[in-house]
Amino acid sequence: MPPILELKGITKRFPGVLANDHIDIQLNKGEILALLGENGAGKTTLMNILYGLYKPDEGEIFVNGEKIEVNSPIDAIRAGIGMVHQHFMLVPVFTVTENVMLGDEYTKWGGFLDRNKAAARIREISELYKLNVNPDDMVEDLPVGIQQRVEIVKLLYRNADILIMDEPTAVLTPQEVDELFAILKKLVDQGKSIIFITHKLREVMECADRIEVIRLGKVVGSTKPADASPEILANMMVGREVELKAAKKPCNPRGNVLKVENLTVMDMHNHVMVDDVSFEVQSGEVLGVAGVQGNGQTELVKAITGLQTPSAGRITLLDKDVSKATPRKITEIGSAHIPEDRQKDGLVLASSVADNLVLNTYFHPPFAKGIILQRNAIGSNAVELIKKFDIRTPGGSTLVNYLSGGNQQKVIIAREFSRPIKLLVAAQPTRGLDVGSIEYIHSRIVEKRDQGCAVLLVSTELDEIMQLSDRIAVMYRGKILTTVNAKEVTKEELGLLMAGVMPTLKKKKVDDTQVRELIT
Amino acid sequence: MTNTKTTGEKKNFLTIFYEELSKSSLTIIILSIISGFILGGILVILTTPEVYQAFGRSFGEGLSASWQIVAKTYSSLFIGSFGDPAKIKVAFASGDSTAINKALSPFFESLVVTTPYLFTGVAVALGFKAGLFNIGAEGQVQIGGIAAAWAGWTFSGLSPWVHVPLAFLVGAAVGGLWGLVPGWLKVKTGAHEVITTIMMNYVAYYLIYYLIASPFRDPEEVVPKTRWVLDSAKLYRFFPDFNRFHIGFFIAIAVAVVVWFILFKTTWGYEIRSVGKNPHASKYAGMNITTVTVVTMMLSGAIAGMAGANEILGVSWRQSQALASGYGFDSIALALLAQNHPLGVILTALLFGFLKSGSRVMQLNAGVPIYIINILQAFIIMFIAAPAIIRTIYRLKTPSVKEVSPSVASLSEKK
Amino acid sequence: MEKNTQPVRVNHFKAFMAGSRHRIMGIFFILVAVFMRLVLTNSLDTSAMTTFATNINDTAIQIPNWTFNSRVGLDVISLLCIGLGLYEFIRGFKKATSLVLGIMGVIIVLGFLFWGASGTSISFTGMLAVMVIRAVPITIGALSGILCERAGIVNIAIEGMMISGAFAGAVIGSIWGLWPGVLAAILMGMLLALIHGVLSIKYKVDQIISGTMINILSTGLTSYLYIKFLQDAEYQHLNESGFFKPFAIPLLSKIPVIGPIFFDQNLYVYAMFILVIVLWIGLYKTRWGLRHRAMGEHPKAADTLGVNVFRTRYLACLLSGAVAGFGGSYFSLGSVGRFEQTMTAGRGFIALAAMIFGNWNPVGSLGAGFLFGFAESLTTKLSLLRFPIPAELLLMLPYVITIIVLGGVVGRSRGPAVGGTPYEKESL
Repeated sequence: MPPILELKGITKRFPGVLANDHIDIQLNKGEILALLGENGAGKTTLMNILYGLYKPDEGEIFVNGEKIEVNSPIDAIRAGIGMVHQHFMLVPVFTVTENVMLGDEYTKWGGFLDRNKAAARIREISELYKLNVNPDDMVEDLPVGIQQRVEIVKLLYRNADILIMDEPTAVLTPQEVDELFAILKKLVDQGKSIIFITHKLREVMECADRIEVIRLGKVVGSTKPADASPEILANMMVGREVELKAAKKPCNPRGNVLKVENLTVMDMHNHVMVDDVSFEVQSGEVLGVAGVQGNGQTELVKAITGLQTPSAGRITLLDKDVSKATPRKITEIGSAHIPEDRQKDGLVLASSVADNLVLNTYFHPPFAKGIILQRNAIGSNAVELIKKFDIRTPGGSTLVNYLSGGNQQKVIIAREFSRPIKLLVAAQPTRGLDVGSIEYIHSRIVEKRDQGCAVLLVSTELDEIMQLSDRIAVMYRGKILTTVNAKEVTKEELGLLMAGVMPTLKKKKVDDTQVRELIT
Repeated sequence: MTNTKTTGEKKNFLTIFYEELSKSSLTIIILSIISGFILGGILVILTTPEVYQAFGRSFGEGLSASWQIVAKTYSSLFIGSFGDPAKIKVAFASGDSTAINKALSPFFESLVVTTPYLFTGVAVALGFKAGLFNIGAEGQVQIGGIAAAWAGWTFSGLSPWVHVPLAFLVGAAVGGLWGLVPGWLKVKTGAHEVITTIMMNYVAYYLIYYLIASPFRDPEEVVPKTRWVLDSAKLYRFFPDFNRFHIGFFIAIAVAVVVWFILFKTTWGYEIRSVGKNPHASKYAGMNITTVTVVTMMLSGAIAGMAGANEILGVSWRQSQALASGYGFDSIALALLAQNHPLGVILTALLFGFLKSGSRVMQLNAGVPIYIINILQAFIIMFIAAPAIIRTIYRLKTPSVKEVSPSVASLSEKK
Repeated sequence: MEKNTQPVRVNHFKAFMAGSRHRIMGIFFILVAVFMRLVLTNSLDTSAMTTFATNINDTAIQIPNWTFNSRVGLDVISLLCIGLGLYEFIRGFKKATSLVLGIMGVIIVLGFLFWGASGTSISFTGMLAVMVIRAVPITIGALSGILCERAGIVNIAIEGMMISGAFAGAVIGSIWGLWPGVLAAILMGMLLALIHGVLSIKYKVDQIISGTMINILSTGLTSYLYIKFLQDAEYQHLNESGFFKPFAIPLLSKIPVIGPIFFDQNLYVYAMFILVIVLWIGLYKTRWGLRHRAMGEHPKAADTLGVNVFRTRYLACLLSGAVAGFGGSYFSLGSVGRFEQTMTAGRGFIALAAMIFGNWNPVGSLGAGFLFGFAESLTTKLSLLRFPIPAELLLMLPYVITIIVLGGVVGRSRGPAVGGTPYEKESL
């Protein structure tokens, strides 16, 4: 039996980059194949080619042994290929029915929409695969886990036999990840075949039947979970020995830097996003805030960095009340911020590297005398920082737009770290970056902490939280459920907390049977 | 480069000027202007009945008629703008100062027409730098003008050294108010300034209509006009018997230089440009978006108001029933062409000013309505905004780096 | 975690002011009511009567004119205002706010009318009839804007498309007749929209810049051609198209009050209503509408499902231009019967405000169009009354209202998510 899907010699060039280099992949019917590789390795490009969003420069695609031309998503859909993208392709203001049927609508009397027929079909699919999706819901009201299922329904509605999932677990709690894997297994039982793109090693081990590792646009290894381990896989992904756990000196907290008391923050629709939260961060320690995106972390960070005024509570930074302070005042006291959305909030893409490096200090001497900018000082500052932080750029006057993601983040770090800082607020600092950049940023954060800085780390990547934090606070629905010592908690426990479940924690690790009991 | 003293500045100014200008895609700009003229010429040919008649007789005659009308159009344009080269040569040869002045008058008149564009072009460019779309230059000019006129006849017994700046400032202040309202509405409610500034234009128009009809009306005139501005408020004219060239031109140049300096050499300018490029990151970095937006909009309105003051105090010395003079959209074209650079605006304002000045003669001699200039502007904007078109036409190579073209937020942008 | 024993300031004031906008509006309404009561009512005689004439033309049933005591009328209005204002202040209307704002506007204007017409009679029905007519270019312009923006393309060139439509309609109408004139106007609008589309979609020019360019080109071209040809006596015959006369719909036009307003108008009024209905059905009930709206909310989602983003957007531009061109022909073929240089007077821009006020919804645009149309019809009437405000200032009214509307409504309404940015195909 020929494999249900075969990619032969797929090559794709972008200006300055060879994204896919003669890649050969096979997918067998009823199999879950994991495509593993770090950010920027070329996995998404490959799948976009398969789905008809890009055209390959060379190579061929075969479905069930027959060659097919995929010039647009319509061709892919017709060939039975469906894709769930990393960033959901759902229209927030449409209902589930409208989102699912878009492009393939049931119509009556010419062009009029037949929503009922589509809704019935959606219910059918939802039943069959136990997806629990209600056709009449408005997508923007749905939680992320359900939205993902709507995406899956979209594929099944179009009779997809080959399902591609691009980084599906990025936005899920560990429990939701388990649920997703259960759904995938059910789909496979019904005869579907799945390609699963990810850079998360553990999930690959749990879920895949086979693993293909891609690095720098080439397939560099093929294996099965039984024959591999996270370390081996990481090695294949990066091409060298990777320290999965950064070495860390023991924590030595000295004195309070940040104190948050009974903080309540509303969002713009007057919903309570941060609900009576209190915690402290000491100098020389890393407090990690774990939690799934959307549980109030964003608003918490906004309040602490001065972008939003809390509606109740107090924030104290180095014994000064900054609850209502402006971002500038907070920065001046000695706080640094690495924002979640680096391109929107952290950088002015259309400005030069040098200008970005003084984005919050341009009005200080030596960068300004009174109101006159001192271009020379700004220029030499850029030269210095580019060297010190190893920012890959042609020069200080290059527009930040042209730098890679990792280097853009380095610009932000260079800027923030080059001031004397007492508090570092880092939100999703390594999102979307390659392993090399991730290593670099983690080590700089730990370095700052060792120098006596207090670090508030907010991240949805559990590995990052567990690696870097000394203490971990879990946020759920705007509240901090509990704060634990990093060394005394397991990933499973954290997962439960992130989903709102409070297991009774003992000082030793809870074993698997107990965890299963808690879930059911 | 921190020298701000006057003597060495002239040379530095030119070097900086040249440097700044050559960083931009000069070829595209020049080709755009040329292409605009070509398209304009084609339009003229297509709309001249005589050409069709000539083609009716023979192809050769048709071509020659086409060429003639285009040549006549553009040569009258040139003569209207600069003056008749023949007359100028004769005048200089004769050495008679009256003749020289007369021959050079068109040139100086063009400078007079250029002056308000200098102001409004800088005003609009400043707005763009902050990410603001100020289409209200029209209204700001008018209202600044009438305010300056009012100051011009209300305060008597002042020395010109006091009166002129006073009237100018009054005009600027009221223009600033006209910019403040849309600016404030934008930050407080998100109302898009494209619509609010245009509405303010109409409000200004009708307000002036009313003012000229009653409170400010000159009782001695049959047709509604304001009173005359007092002599002490009038701007100094260099050649009072021959043309209207007045000191306002130099004031405008000075304003352009000052705005350039603020934008690129000061911390305020850094903030303005930063907010214009990315308000979110600017907010994160501690800048006060509200202040920057409102103040820039106000400043933009004030500078446009100065254009109005300039026209009243330097040219007409009173306000007649307001005519829509097209400053609003013209200045946008100006600013875009200069890539929103204040010094570049000096050049583009000169271009448009000379074109406009010459267009009256062109209409007279060649029978081509002055609105061809607007059409030219539209084409030039199109070519500048979509450089790919020029590249395709002239088969130029694409640059390896992406061009950063001016971009403004959408009408339904949520905050 | 240790409990913090120090009392923490809870920011009551901040919470109270969180909904500040509706409180400010509430206070504004109440102030207006108070102003009415104190200033306006008191300036009238206790016996002054206001008459609203209700009959024009022939209606089957003649309703007696509506006469009432001015002061009483004003009091009723003031009470309504206070009531609405209090509700707004305490609870706020939230989603219904646009509607309430519109109602408030109408009530307040009515109040001024009661006052201004005190002692005389004004033709109320007549005013409403004029309101409907004046709403036409604004509503049709707003529909044009909706067509484009719902698909993710910002179109500020409606003004330019309208004036070109007016021109084409007048000239072709003079040569070949009214209906060919309409067709020419539609084609002209489509041509300009196509240019806008090509620039925005293919060349990725900023949509506001390309819209501005079309405006400049249109006004320039129409003025150029007008001065070159139409002002010449020789070519006068090119500018005498005449206009569509109103015709009454049998039976319906005999209904008192409503009849003359809605069913005895010219082609353009009927077309306006038809277009609103067609567009509403089209956008929300058809396949075309679903895909069209997806373009403005999440074009990438549609793209991944095989819907051609570029084709849909080009189509949207063309439709938008067609409607705008048609709306422009109203000025010449539906009104004065010829072309004049500044016919459109900014209505294309007011149409954009109407679109926003109407929440990008065809029916909302109709309501917004009525509001602006009423303001315009008011200005003509008020100058006939003994209104102490000079006529020239009254002419400002529609534009001032636009500013107030934009300030009060935008920020609360939700427009299409995407707008102003070109669609990049290869960027996931």
